Amino acid sequence: MLVDQLKTGLDAPICLTWELTYACNLACVHCLSSSGRRDPNELSTAEAKAVIDELQAMQVFYINIGGGEPMVRPDFFELLEYAIAHQVGVKFSTNGTKLDAGKAVRLAAMDYLDVQISLDGATAEINDKVRGVGSYAASIAAMENLAAANFGPFKISVVITRENVTQLDAFQAIADTYGAELRLTRLRPSGRGADTWHELHPTNDQQRMLYNWLLDHPQTLTGDSFFHLSAFGEALPGLNLCGAGRVVCLIDPVGDVYACPFVLHDEFKAGSVRDSGGFTHIWRGSDLFTSLREPQSPGACGSCGSYDACQGGCMAAKFFTGLPLDGPDPECVFGNADEALALVGTGSAPSPGPGHSKPVSVKLSSRPTSLALHR
Amino acid sequence: MALDPTQPYELHSQVALRPEPFGALAYHYGNRRLTFLKSVEMVDLVSQLDRHPSINAAIESIGIPVERRDAYLRSLVALEASEVIHAR
Repeated sequence: MLVDQLKTGLDAPICLTWELTYACNLACVHCLSSSGRRDPNELSTAEAKAVIDELQAMQVFYINIGGGEPMVRPDFFELLEYAIAHQVGVKFSTNGTKLDAGKAVRLAAMDYLDVQISLDGATAEINDKVRGVGSYAASIAAMENLAAANFGPFKISVVITRENVTQLDAFQAIADTYGAELRLTRLRPSGRGADTWHELHPTNDQQRMLYNWLLDHPQTLTGDSFFHLSAFGEALPGLNLCGAGRVVCLIDPVGDVYACPFVLHDEFKAGSVRDSGGFTHIWRGSDLFTSLREPQSPGACGSCGSYDACQGGCMAAKFFTGLPLDGPDPECVFGNADEALALVGTGSAPSPGPGHSKPVSVKLSSRPTSLALHR
Repeated sequence: MALDPTQPYELHSQVALRPEPFGALAYHYGNRRLTFLKSVEMVDLVSQLDRHPSINAAIESIGIPVERRDAYLRSLVALEASEVIHAR
């Protein structure tokens, strides 16, 4: 069976995410890479081009570029054009703040390019609570710019939360307005999401509603995000397997390679593109990826009749909530993780660390200090 | 248009094949669809179509057993629908 062959790994990834920078002008509360400040050690333009050359040689047909906010890199368009000229198509994710009318025209002129605008609420009220004040307006403005430039069908990317899961039809309506495709993905307790997941992840009733909505809207893109929901019954469209290290991986801004975009932690780091042998060697020969391609034990899930449907869920979700990797997903639809989750002591789950979050600025007074001094 | 195995076909010029242990991945740069070719024989067949005057001749040349030819033709119908191959 094809899925079994995919589990043992491919010669090159199908779905490679590359975060170009940790710099970001927003500070979303669920950011899975804890982005904010640029890392001084980020790959240079020349190093990034060498990675693209390698991806071309491996026949990685397309990559997903993210961040941070990738459009803040001064060489963003240079790298975009370089990748596309080397048969590596690009889909990039952006918060839209830098996507003005001129950039939209430039993007619309390029082939083999997809753009994905992040939006985590169908209203400013819901969106801005997660992504920051003004971010809803910025996303919509970027969509308007792409539409005005006749970019074609871009994607609207939504991380499903307890608050926006009731807005699925409204998100679809926004997508329909622009002839865009709707992409829904799962909230992970990764990065700053580790601090907000407990309050923001959907309830189980909401998960069932989402599952039914996805079955009714099979054209919705999900990045195979919700395969743990297949335990509700009929399988959702997609491969329904954890692709980490098998078909998926992540290159971070400093060139470190992780098993998937949701496990930025030393435990899931396979190497660096700067090591001898580069990315190719890591993908084909690293100890971590080799072990992820071996048959995985269902562990505590072995006695559950739905293991074949959900595969025990998401490795990253288990890891960052402090659950064993060979047991149920924290959002197991049967509640099989609830007891274990309640027993994970405060502060005992592996920490994603502060990452590249900007230092918290404390506003002491809204009044300018200089005025006070002159008075 | 239905697939006609008596006619000449070829791999779409915008499709790239990447060899994999199970066969190959076919990626269409135009419609951005990824298709799995699930056997080495299928990869040979698809990549050699342009050298033969018809699909039937290509199947014959590769030596696909008679009893499996219907299954290969059904797969080719799907590959034409996703624009991996087309009549030339």
